Amino acid sequence: MPEPYLRIRNVSKRFGDFTALRDVNLDIGKGEFVCFLGPSGCGKTTLLRAIAGLDIQSEGMIEQAGRDISALPPSERDFGIVFQSYALFPNLTVADNVGYGLVGKGMPRADIRKKVAGLLAQVNLPDQGAKYPAKLSGGQQQRVALARALATEPGLLLLDEPLSALDAKVRIQLRGQLKDLQRDLGITTIMVTHDQEEALGLADRIVVMSQGRVEQVGSPVEIYTSPASVFVADFIGAMNFVPARVAGPGMIEIGSARFAAETAHINGDGRALAAIRPEDIKVQGVAPGDANALEVTIDAEEFCGSYMRATVIDAALGEARLKADLSMNLVRGMALTKGSRLPVALPPERLRVYPPLS
Amino acid sequence: MATAADPAAPGAVASATEDNRPIRPRASRDEIAQRGVIGVLVLYLVLALVLPIGMVFSKALQQYAFTPDQITIAFGRGGAFEAPRSLQSWIDETGYVVNDGLRASERTRVQIVRIIPRPARAGVEAYRVTDASSAGGQLLLGQEFSAPGQTIEVPAADLGRIQVRPQMSYGLGNFGYYFSQKSLSDSIRNSFVIAAIVVAINVPLAFGFAYALTRTRIRHKEWFRLISTVPILVPSLLPAIGLVYLFGNQGILTPLLFGASIYGPIGIVMASVFFTFPHAVIIMTIALGGADQRLYEAAEVLGASKRRTFWTVTLPGARYGLISAAFVVFTLVITDFGVPKVIGGDYNMLALDIYKQVIGQQNFQIGAVVSIVLLIPAVIAFTVDRVISRAQTAQFSSKAVPYQPDEDVRRDRWMLGHCIAVSVFILGILFMCQFAALAKFWPYNLTLGFQHYQFNKMDGGGWAAYWNSIRLAFFAATIGAVLVFIGAYLVEKGRGFVAGRIGLQFLAMMPMAIPGMVLGLAYIFFFNDPSNPFNFLYGTMAILVINTIVHLYTVSHITATTALKQLDGEFEAVSMSLKQPFLRTMTRVSAPCCLPAIGEMWMYYFVNAMTTVSAVVFLYSPSTNLASVAVLNMDDAGDIAPAAAMAMMIFYTNAAVRILYGLFSRNVLGSLQAWRAR
Amino acid sequence: MTLFARATAALLLSAAAAAAQTELTVYTAFEAVDLDRYKKAFETAHPDITINWVRDSTGVVTAKLLAEKDNPQADVIWGLAATSLLLMKSEGMLAPFRPEGIERLDPNFVDQDETPSWVGLDAWIAALCVNTRELERNNLAAPTSWEDLTKPEYAGHVAMPNPASSGTGFLDVSAWLQMFGEEGGWNFMDRLHQNIKFYTHSGSKPCKDAARGEVTIGVSFAFTGAKAISDGAPLAVVFPSEGSGWDMESAAIVAETDFRAEAETLLNWAVSEAAMKEYNVGYAVVAIPSVAQPVENYPAGGLDAMIDNDFLWAAENRERILKEWASRYDGKSEAK
Repeated sequence: MPEPYLRIRNVSKRFGDFTALRDVNLDIGKGEFVCFLGPSGCGKTTLLRAIAGLDIQSEGMIEQAGRDISALPPSERDFGIVFQSYALFPNLTVADNVGYGLVGKGMPRADIRKKVAGLLAQVNLPDQGAKYPAKLSGGQQQRVALARALATEPGLLLLDEPLSALDAKVRIQLRGQLKDLQRDLGITTIMVTHDQEEALGLADRIVVMSQGRVEQVGSPVEIYTSPASVFVADFIGAMNFVPARVAGPGMIEIGSARFAAETAHINGDGRALAAIRPEDIKVQGVAPGDANALEVTIDAEEFCGSYMRATVIDAALGEARLKADLSMNLVRGMALTKGSRLPVALPPERLRVYPPLS
Repeated sequence: MATAADPAAPGAVASATEDNRPIRPRASRDEIAQRGVIGVLVLYLVLALVLPIGMVFSKALQQYAFTPDQITIAFGRGGAFEAPRSLQSWIDETGYVVNDGLRASERTRVQIVRIIPRPARAGVEAYRVTDASSAGGQLLLGQEFSAPGQTIEVPAADLGRIQVRPQMSYGLGNFGYYFSQKSLSDSIRNSFVIAAIVVAINVPLAFGFAYALTRTRIRHKEWFRLISTVPILVPSLLPAIGLVYLFGNQGILTPLLFGASIYGPIGIVMASVFFTFPHAVIIMTIALGGADQRLYEAAEVLGASKRRTFWTVTLPGARYGLISAAFVVFTLVITDFGVPKVIGGDYNMLALDIYKQVIGQQNFQIGAVVSIVLLIPAVIAFTVDRVISRAQTAQFSSKAVPYQPDEDVRRDRWMLGHCIAVSVFILGILFMCQFAALAKFWPYNLTLGFQHYQFNKMDGGGWAAYWNSIRLAFFAATIGAVLVFIGAYLVEKGRGFVAGRIGLQFLAMMPMAIPGMVLGLAYIFFFNDPSNPFNFLYGTMAILVINTIVHLYTVSHITATTALKQLDGEFEAVSMSLKQPFLRTMTRVSAPCCLPAIGEMWMYYFVNAMTTVSAVVFLYSPSTNLASVAVLNMDDAGDIAPAAAMAMMIFYTNAAVRILYGLFSRNVLGSLQAWRAR
Repeated sequence: MTLFARATAALLLSAAAAAAQTELTVYTAFEAVDLDRYKKAFETAHPDITINWVRDSTGVVTAKLLAEKDNPQADVIWGLAATSLLLMKSEGMLAPFRPEGIERLDPNFVDQDETPSWVGLDAWIAALCVNTRELERNNLAAPTSWEDLTKPEYAGHVAMPNPASSGTGFLDVSAWLQMFGEEGGWNFMDRLHQNIKFYTHSGSKPCKDAARGEVTIGVSFAFTGAKAISDGAPLAVVFPSEGSGWDMESAAIVAETDFRAEAETLLNWAVSEAAMKEYNVGYAVVAIPSVAQPVENYPAGGLDAMIDNDFLWAAENRERILKEWASRYDGKSEAK
């Protein structure tokens, strides 16, 4: 791995008695798009503000491009930032907003004007420079904020929930533009979000955080398919969790049914938590001899548009109730309804086992 | 496969424990500049508020007592001096009552010749009087005070020239004296009784008025609202003067009093109701204005009667407003001295006592004691008000649906009657003052003319006083608005230096708890001390400006903070990321966005600087006479018509400035605020 | 010294003289209307000295001077009650000085020390301002004596200044105590108190209130009454038959002045006949008796009414008297 652009070492942040960040370590490469993902209060924004120098960490080191910036005030760091509220200066025109950081640096007025026009074109707002922010839509305002942050050509772009205040459609549209822009500029970008879809769709790497700790760092696919903890598994996507027992090496027991699964990492008295995503439960073409196959009864259905999320039970499973996604084709073809019996399989490579919750 | 039980999260970088060191954030040049500005503002408030107030406390503890046991006198007979005797032994022997048994004050003097009877001094040719005290200064001969241990020798004929001075010490003696004086401590009761009565009258009155403005469909609400704010534009002396003309011996409405005198509690209560009314209405309008339509709809759906809805929804919803208004009115009345001064007759009130003790009797120590007594209710009221305003802010939800009054002809007719009655009371007093100011010789010659406007021929400072007031108001408003805004900006938006910012916030809230009289007296103690390096300010326009800015600091500070809180909290963060100094963001963004609030602050300062009497009455000098003080002094001298004329000049000036500001904010500010339009 | 040097020195001196316009800060309680007249008259006589008035009521000027005791701002006090100047004298704030022509002054007007610390200029005399219209309306006879004021029919018709805040008020009280004796004086005031409508803070206010009919009788001083009559008030000024308290508008040099010579010039002028004529415009009784001319609407008999006032006694007993007065009469309206 090449020398990381941003190195975060043992960063902790306390506000009085409350610990917002606990011993965070992270490397971010140049040009990477990293998302900090987690529920509110998990410390993702705190970490972003520590990187920006807005709320400097209590301890630990942050290094940017080989320079220790741990104690530096924001004005001596190298970043541009966009907030959820946009924080556009309401009394300045769009052009003045974008050019705000260029003034006072000895840049001739004409150059500033040219540069601002270029930036506005880049964010698809070429003719909006003379307007006041209040006249623009939310999405347009967000793009102005982005242009303003990029105007000073910072080495690092920090985005604090930049899309959360927008309508769902605009959000998706802007997501694409943001990704394109970031790729074109090649600027190292950190985005804070609580929206997993946003993170999965945008990020090169995702940092999942909880209670001030980093839970998992990985590519979107890794995070989704191999959640490292119950928290990550639960937070990202839908997941069935059922209590299980380790019945032997590579074997677990849910109710009285036995399933093959990786169990080497489970210690203790054998109690465990089995997890599988609803879409990973195999419902089509299940042969009786398949691994981890069994027949279940549909107990409840929830219509989700393109598919049906069914709750399935079986005497062999005991108390456990599993949610499985059934395609509408299948539902129609097999005339599935509440009470129908159905063969399913829990593929061993998709069935994950976690230590029980204490 | 990794699990959550692992100490380090998968994918994360291994921890490097040697980096586990606490970070001391480095301050940018900008932050250091901010600290400097905060420091200057804190220093200003300490010098212009904390230290002077501290002097009031120290002055209140200064007590004076004669210590004749520390003075000895030796008789010279036949060319030789006899053994010295202490003055105390002479007092014991002759039974002389020092200072007639009265409490000594700073200026009390006792003559030795009165202590030692003449027969006892027969044949004495000369005296040696010794000041045996360690502090010295106990003896006064001509211009000179004695040094510690100094012996003064005088020929027999000059003993009369030696006077004994009391010695100063610190203690609670002044408080004991104060509470032993019935006429003084009665003022406490009087002040509380009057203030309570005014609250009892004004709170329902203002509640009704505010109710009419917010919860009915009466017409011309904006006019009633305007009229209700008129008393803010005049000094509290004006209603008192107006009442003298309306209800005095020659008043046109005097029969309505059925023989009672307007001079005293009745007059004080009526004038106090007048000048505190707008404050109560403003608070109550806000409290009633925040109502949620849905609560009323719910009450209606549940079948509650109108009366029940009023008691269970309307009143509880306005409870913070009611309590807050009650305390504000109470404090205003108890700390005002203009009204009892003009119309109080001999009904003593606390604030008036300070004035009488200081101006009338030069008794600064007792003035300080009364100040501290006055400080107590003011601080309590201030505390309650702050607690309540916090609770009230929490009460309002931004999701409330604005209340739409329903149709109710009977209610509206009553409420309209109430508004008209109150408006007639307010405008009647104003009109009466103006008429009296123009009448040639009330009540004997009612020809109209401008002779009472020849202020230069009266006491009080003449037209110069009027122009001084305008200068004071302009400077205090302009400097004050800028200063307070910068202070509020740094408190709200500053970075780091938390202790300094909290300190500034605390100091900014203090002036509201300090009555004007107390602040004025504090300034005398502090700035009139020749050893104070700021002594040169005493008697200048500058000290009036400094005092007025501090006196009115809190309300302006709250206005500024409220406006700043509404700005996006990340402007400063963005500016820092763009490497722009805070000064640029403040002047280029925050201040322009807060321009309406800054305008409000400017107006508040201007209007109050024009009308205030309490603090400046101790501080004006003949070259810095003020219009409001001139009203007081002209009334004091019996020139009540010119006093009314000057009071009306203050009203017209404030009204004109208000109107000009209104036009200005509509046109100029309007164009500057074009960005607000959506 | 060479001729040249001498010429230069002379040139410099004359230039200095042309520029030397000494400005004296003069504290005063003279009536506001008189200030310009006095200033003009003096500056015409002494064009090299300019007067910078600092004017306020007696109480305030006294308080101001005392407050500034350690750091005096005034050079001269011109036009302040003698009782106040006695207080300054006991604080050692005055510079003793014997003005030229002082021998022409009535000895009652001069500080009794060998070198006087202050000199009196004119006298203001306690008097009753009686509103004749109000008398008529209430069917009352005009009072002619202090004793008359205690008659029950005058109840609620009399106003007088509070002695604690007003020099005139104190002058009245100290005169009653001197005339009627300690016991008789308090007894008189006890009875008078029953008739008082209100006590005012300033000495001229009772008279101006009487002029407006706000009260019927104002215990005040003659000058204010005379002026109100000239303004058209239905007023009569009465010197009570028992005699009247009085005080002097006086002058003194502040000990720490930096302009001793100019201050002396001012004091010399203040006791001159020219000055006396100026005082006489408003005041019937001035320090040089021969100068005095009758004042418009000023009642006759002022000089005879003046009691033999012991200023020193008044000054020394001020605190005791005020305390006694306050404990007896303060907070009057409560008693009602």
